[in-house]
Amino acid sequence: MKVKVISRSTDEFTRERSQDLQRVFRNFDPGLRTQEKATEYVRALNAAKLDKIFARPFIGAMDGHRDSIKCMAKNPNYLKGIFSGSDDGDIRLWDIASRRTVCQFPGHQGAVQGLTISTDGSILVSCGSDCTVRLWNVPEVNLADSDNLSDNLAKPLAVYVWKNAFRAVDHQWDGDLFATAGAQVDVWNHNRSQPVNSFDWGADTTISVRFNPGEPNVLATSANDRSITVYDLRMSSPARKVIMRTKTNSIAWNPMEPMNFTAANEDCNCYSYDARKLEEAKCVHKDHVSAVMDIDFSPTGREFVTGSYDRTVRIFQYNGGRSREIYHTKRMQRVFCVKYSCDASYVISGSDDTNLRLWKAKASEQLGVVLPRERKKHEYLEAVKNRYKHLPDVKRIVRHRHLPKPIYKAANLRRTMIEAERRKEQRRKAHSAPGSIVTESIRKRRIVKEIE
Amino acid sequence: MGVKQENGEDVLDENVKKYLRGEAPNLEGLKDKKLKGQLAVREDLYGKSAKAAAKIEKWLLPSEGGYLEPEGIEKTWRIKQESIAREVDILSSRNQYDIVLPELGPYTVDFTANGRYMAVAGRKGHLAIVDMKTLNLIKEIQVRETVRDVVFLHNELFFAAAQKKYPYIYNRDGTELHCLKEHGAVLRLQFLKNHFLLASINKFGQLHYQDVTMGEMVGNFRTGFGRTDVMQVNPFNGVVALGHSSGTVTMWKPTTAAPLVKMLCHQGAVSSLAFHPNGHLMATSGREKKIKIWDLRKFEVIQTLPGHAKTLNFSQKGLLAAATGSFVQVLSDFSGSQNYSRYMTHSMAKGYQVGKVLFRPYEDVLGIGHSMGWSSILIPGSGEPNFDSWVANPFETSKQRREKEVHSLLDKLPPETIMLDPTKVGTVRAARKKEKPTKEGREAEMEAAVESAKDTEFKKKTKGRNKPSKIAKKRKEIVEKAKRPFLEQRTEEREMSRKKQKSNMETEMPKSLQRFVRQKPT
Repeated sequence: MKVKVISRSTDEFTRERSQDLQRVFRNFDPGLRTQEKATEYVRALNAAKLDKIFARPFIGAMDGHRDSIKCMAKNPNYLKGIFSGSDDGDIRLWDIASRRTVCQFPGHQGAVQGLTISTDGSILVSCGSDCTVRLWNVPEVNLADSDNLSDNLAKPLAVYVWKNAFRAVDHQWDGDLFATAGAQVDVWNHNRSQPVNSFDWGADTTISVRFNPGEPNVLATSANDRSITVYDLRMSSPARKVIMRTKTNSIAWNPMEPMNFTAANEDCNCYSYDARKLEEAKCVHKDHVSAVMDIDFSPTGREFVTGSYDRTVRIFQYNGGRSREIYHTKRMQRVFCVKYSCDASYVISGSDDTNLRLWKAKASEQLGVVLPRERKKHEYLEAVKNRYKHLPDVKRIVRHRHLPKPIYKAANLRRTMIEAERRKEQRRKAHSAPGSIVTESIRKRRIVKEIE
Repeated sequence: MGVKQENGEDVLDENVKKYLRGEAPNLEGLKDKKLKGQLAVREDLYGKSAKAAAKIEKWLLPSEGGYLEPEGIEKTWRIKQESIAREVDILSSRNQYDIVLPELGPYTVDFTANGRYMAVAGRKGHLAIVDMKTLNLIKEIQVRETVRDVVFLHNELFFAAAQKKYPYIYNRDGTELHCLKEHGAVLRLQFLKNHFLLASINKFGQLHYQDVTMGEMVGNFRTGFGRTDVMQVNPFNGVVALGHSSGTVTMWKPTTAAPLVKMLCHQGAVSSLAFHPNGHLMATSGREKKIKIWDLRKFEVIQTLPGHAKTLNFSQKGLLAAATGSFVQVLSDFSGSQNYSRYMTHSMAKGYQVGKVLFRPYEDVLGIGHSMGWSSILIPGSGEPNFDSWVANPFETSKQRREKEVHSLLDKLPPETIMLDPTKVGTVRAARKKEKPTKEGREAEMEAAVESAKDTEFKKKTKGRNKPSKIAKKRKEIVEKAKRPFLEQRTEEREMSRKKQKSNMETEMPKSLQRFVRQKPT
């Protein structure tokens, strides 16, 4: 007869020396583990709770400006720096890590309305309500300099005076031109003191302008007559225009899908459009209770951050109808500008109370160097939480956010009003001839017309 | 060559099915394209991970299982333990022994989950913990009372002994930690590992569930079937099964006072019960000398075997040990066909009455507790050869044991997760058709509404507006308001029934009067 019995020799299964790691043997047979789903559910619940315990998104405030901050610019080549311009003409370059001013750029007489940086990160362009466009040299900040961060004052490289006040400025992503928005849209070159080109479609002022990251000659602007216009520089005539019911405060192009842009509107919503098909919004992002003032996409293209007049900063998914996260503080007043940092980990908001605030993009993320085992554990917990986040106990914890009372009440009020409107519409429909009343989808409802 | 490849692939496919843990859902009926796309991607990922796990099982596992192959006209059940001991290595032959302690009564044994430690309890009060790797006696104590059962808690540091009046929990050093007075005189103890629940059945047929982490009594039920000492835990789903003297087997969970399942298994009393680790098979033996193997999914008998069994136990690989008197037989389903037949037998000396058989986890060893002490015999092919360090590690160091204790406490399942089908956690409950509430139901609802209406608090008004008569009037109004919808419903139904009666009567009219019957507008 042939006989074999399980016999394990201790040397094969234990470590040889005390400096070695302990040996681990795996057998993935599901028969060895019982009640896997219940264990995963308990882990998801605990992960959701731990997430909430570790959620501390506010890192710090950058203090220094003496008036409300209207605009910000981020340098694509240098992660640690951010420029901000305020209502008293003060432009500062901040070092985010130490949250101190590196350099000041005095010169504007009135409010600084727009800031932008050239593609190679060497020239800063600012425009203001004193009808000037100023170009500055961006100082190189090395590690040695960061020790004595005295307020250096920089002199402008060039000052161009023009006919009317400017509202916004943006630089081309891969070229030499920048565009300003004011009474009309002007396209400038760095070396010319007069605009190279001018666009004017419509009678009202343009309030924001953005160049497309993928197509360097396409730009989108929004104007006071509630329209969003898409221009093409090569054609020297405007391409498309869509008029909505309320005006758009700011536009941001999706860096990963450059044909889509999202517009931050006065009616508390953000509308994502496909620039080729402006007759219908791709997605409506609702959650703010007051006008959305500024919007910026994350470099991953999967999320965007919005700052609103209701004193909150919200982070949305690019295709999600509701916000993923809300940040608010008692001291933060109306948020006028937001920026997503270039490494997709931080969000910077500039507000009415003269402070720039630095927040984490993921509230419970561990900053700093994360060991591989820690990272794996975080990824596992994230995955198991996402698998069970539809169950009531887990959902309640994952969804829970503390809202300031005015926002909570305003949101309830909005909900009641919208519900009432919807119910009335339904009853009208039910009591009239079938087909006589047509409900438009919200994606189309806010558009008045599209013009070619 | 080609045939061999096919066979190999078949085995791989079967293993892939095992790792997929169920059927893929049918995505054809989905109209939501986004959801369909997301689910298709996820199914793809599951397929890949199942294939990777199947490949690991094929190539990377360190040990292979035991086997016993007869040669020629030899039959496996005639092979004696002595001949096996001659063929295997010294380390394994050490696992075959008899410990004779005749004065201290019939012995029961229990193993920890990793098979490394064994607890033995003699009826006359002898408790001992033995380290099976080194065959060292760790601690033995004499409690000077009858001990009916012993069970390890989550690791070898704690064990519970069912003594004469109450169960006690002891430390590995023999220190008595707790006396569990609420349980009463316990006959059998079982420990549910994932939930940290100690289940016990006592002399009066009461079932107690106690959470050993915080000490709270989670459930406490009168079974209603009288005294029984047949109790087993189904490792797959955590339900406790009791076998009663009427021949029924009942299954319990800690959150309901009524049993989940009541099965009439035998014509005589149920003498023992065992569960297969996969949770689908249950073996029961009755006084009428039959051993039945049940499929728990359909609650049907798969196989009936003749023979008496005082004690039954399934091994990790599905071998069934049945013992009666001084005779132990091991049955095996060759080629997984769920048809059990004799595999090995073992006869002990005449005076040895077997009390309990228990397979040792992760080893090919069967522990036998009998009236003269305890023994251990080799059964090739009964244990799982490859262990997973994160589930149960026979080579655990104390640091690893402490870490594992913390992790298992963090993953402790709440008692509500015990259910007959544990795969239903996190799934969608099927929509049930709304049943019309019965008359009593409606009456009860009305009573409840009236009660809650009576409980409303009134604002304390001042300046003489707070008169008691006014309050009484207001309260009466509120109660009437609460009753109104139910009364309306009642009158509506009465009208409907009257209308129906009328229409019935009309159709029953004689033929000559039919033209005077009011026609219902079509």
